[in-house]
Amino acid sequence: MFRITKKESFTKAEAIIYRLFGFSVGIIFSGIIIAALGYPVFKTFISLAEGSFGSSIAIRNTISFLIPLSVTALGLSIAFKMRYWNIGGEGQILMGATAAMGVSMVLPSGMPGPLMMLSMLVAGFIGGSIWALIPGFFRINMKTNETLFTLMMNYLAICFVQYLYFELWRDPAKKGFPGIQDIPFRARIPYVSGISLAILAPLIIVLVVYFLIKKTKLGYEIRVVGESEPTAHYAGMNVKKIMFVGVMLSGGIVGVAGAVKLMGSTGTLSSSLGGGAGFTAIVIAWLANLSAPMIVLVSFLIAALEQGAQFIQVRMGVPAAVADIVKGLILMSVLGSEFMLRYKILFGVHTASKKLEERASVDPTMQDSDPESEVVEDSI
Amino acid sequence: MIGDFFSSIGSLLSIVFSASFIASGVAFSVVMLLGTVGELITERAGHLNLGVEGMMLLGASMGYYTAVRSSNLFLALLFACIGAGFGALLYAILTVTLRVNQNVAGLALSIFGAGLANALGSKVANTTTPDNIAKVFTWKPLSLTSPSGPFLSYINKAFLSHDIYVYLAVLLAIATTVFLFKTRAGLELRLTGENTAAADASGIKVTRIKYLYIILGGMLCGIGGLYLPLVQQGSWTNNMTAGQGWLVVALVIFVRWHPVKAIAGAYVFGSLTILGFSVQLNEKLSSIPIFNQYIMSMFPYLLTIIVLIAFSSRKKAWPGPKEIGRPYFREER
Repeated sequence: MFRITKKESFTKAEAIIYRLFGFSVGIIFSGIIIAALGYPVFKTFISLAEGSFGSSIAIRNTISFLIPLSVTALGLSIAFKMRYWNIGGEGQILMGATAAMGVSMVLPSGMPGPLMMLSMLVAGFIGGSIWALIPGFFRINMKTNETLFTLMMNYLAICFVQYLYFELWRDPAKKGFPGIQDIPFRARIPYVSGISLAILAPLIIVLVVYFLIKKTKLGYEIRVVGESEPTAHYAGMNVKKIMFVGVMLSGGIVGVAGAVKLMGSTGTLSSSLGGGAGFTAIVIAWLANLSAPMIVLVSFLIAALEQGAQFIQVRMGVPAAVADIVKGLILMSVLGSEFMLRYKILFGVHTASKKLEERASVDPTMQDSDPESEVVEDSI
Repeated sequence: MIGDFFSSIGSLLSIVFSASFIASGVAFSVVMLLGTVGELITERAGHLNLGVEGMMLLGASMGYYTAVRSSNLFLALLFACIGAGFGALLYAILTVTLRVNQNVAGLALSIFGAGLANALGSKVANTTTPDNIAKVFTWKPLSLTSPSGPFLSYINKAFLSHDIYVYLAVLLAIATTVFLFKTRAGLELRLTGENTAAADASGIKVTRIKYLYIILGGMLCGIGGLYLPLVQQGSWTNNMTAGQGWLVVALVIFVRWHPVKAIAGAYVFGSLTILGFSVQLNEKLSSIPIFNQYIMSMFPYLLTIIVLIAFSSRKKAWPGPKEIGRPYFREER
């Protein structure tokens, strides 16, 4: 027999070791499945790495995958800090891009480029935050389940953009083919020596989010709301207002990710603009333990996998889907390895329960623990 | 103007109530019905599994691959269960034993499941369902050979001319309802999802129950997914569930965790999904924005949102199994 108890604390080194262990387990399992599918395991992994880091073009492409992923994950992390489950990243990306697209269509074409880009970014922020605040409003005022509501908002956004794509904003110049016109050339984010300036977006936003969460009053309040809403309430905080601002920032930053994708890479709007980044970013934010710098690091790894996927398909004829297998398994095994960080397994029922009794006799709070307080214990 | 409105409502109703539309709506709802019953029992155990799309694709690809390679329907069904059940097992290990957050684990599963399914499916990309299996599903067990009168032939065409998969899915939903509300095991399942600590204290093996119903739920999603390549389309396409897995997550809320209501709910969602295409053929209707095919494809999600809001505004309404999203940890109780 064995029992599982909570660890009091863990060191940074432990955290790194267990995550690396989880990562290796993920790679091993992926290897087994790749072999079972009949593809050469080592060659696939080497090509994945080569495709994502092997040349300057590869690195450039990896970075272009990194930008939307990291910005989205950074935005989502603000909501997650409050334990507000914003699963609506994909929809917020799309609506941010839609708002930016709409602005680019109505602005006078003679407008200077930087001003146009700035207005599109602002529009992206507003588009994303409105899309996040619709479920946010109901969560804050009526306690509607935000996990499911934000999930549904993704598909509303996808359908809406399809409507724009095939009907409302359909470009007649495409001669019968569906599609929306390209944004003006001057609104496209320029390249400097081969690297898109869009890379500034994650670099700036990581600083903003880090500073916001760690150094500002709002960031502190967001963290307190996340630890326990009642505590925040008793401390005299305006929980509704904090949540409103938090959700707005979260959705807004995700919307900016959409606008940047539109201006930096796709150049036009379609329902596939998000490309699943809204979902992948959720797992990235969680794996990075909601720490802003870690989010960029984890995004880089996942971006490398997505770029490597294109490479193995072209070079080796291995389906790009293999990279999703690797991605999914790494995510799962690293998530699973967190368990070893937070809990320890005690063998022998007797000693464990005795220890607990001892603690209970010393610590009066253990005898009557508040069930609500442990609901909100897991990660973060 | 008003005349136009009534005539467009009239033509919409004539589409919705035509026997052929109902028939395709029923056929289109099978995948979602099976998935919904599966996800529903998972959620009844207190676990929201967002990996439905992944499990459906896993079941579809493993089952279809086996069908093509072996031409054996039984083996195909078995491997659909194994594929999707494997995905569900991973989710169960993560969320039950390792206490990973349910949303994150579910999303990771949907990424993994889609990846494995598409990699496996691409190996049988240019094949069709073996004839001996396809033949099983051309059999319409309830179809009347010579329906007398317009009413019977209407009923026959709309409801009785389906393959065995459809009727088994409906029977399964009914059986699950009986199981859930009339048996002791069903009660134990519901109690586990409603209050795990109380279930645990009353001697129910909560961990075993959670594993069991998460895996069973996944298997049902897999069997549902298999309908797409094996019967409906007769061939494999990557990501062929095309978001139906997410509709299932919505459906479970829409039918308020009740399997019998899932029969009607799946039909409503299924027919709404195809209504857009049918309306598109009618020029008068398709020129009205709200009947646009892309606007109409929003309806299932809008309906779900309305249900979510409606039940959260009522104080006494049951908001679904209470343990959803909460990791159970005995020593903290």
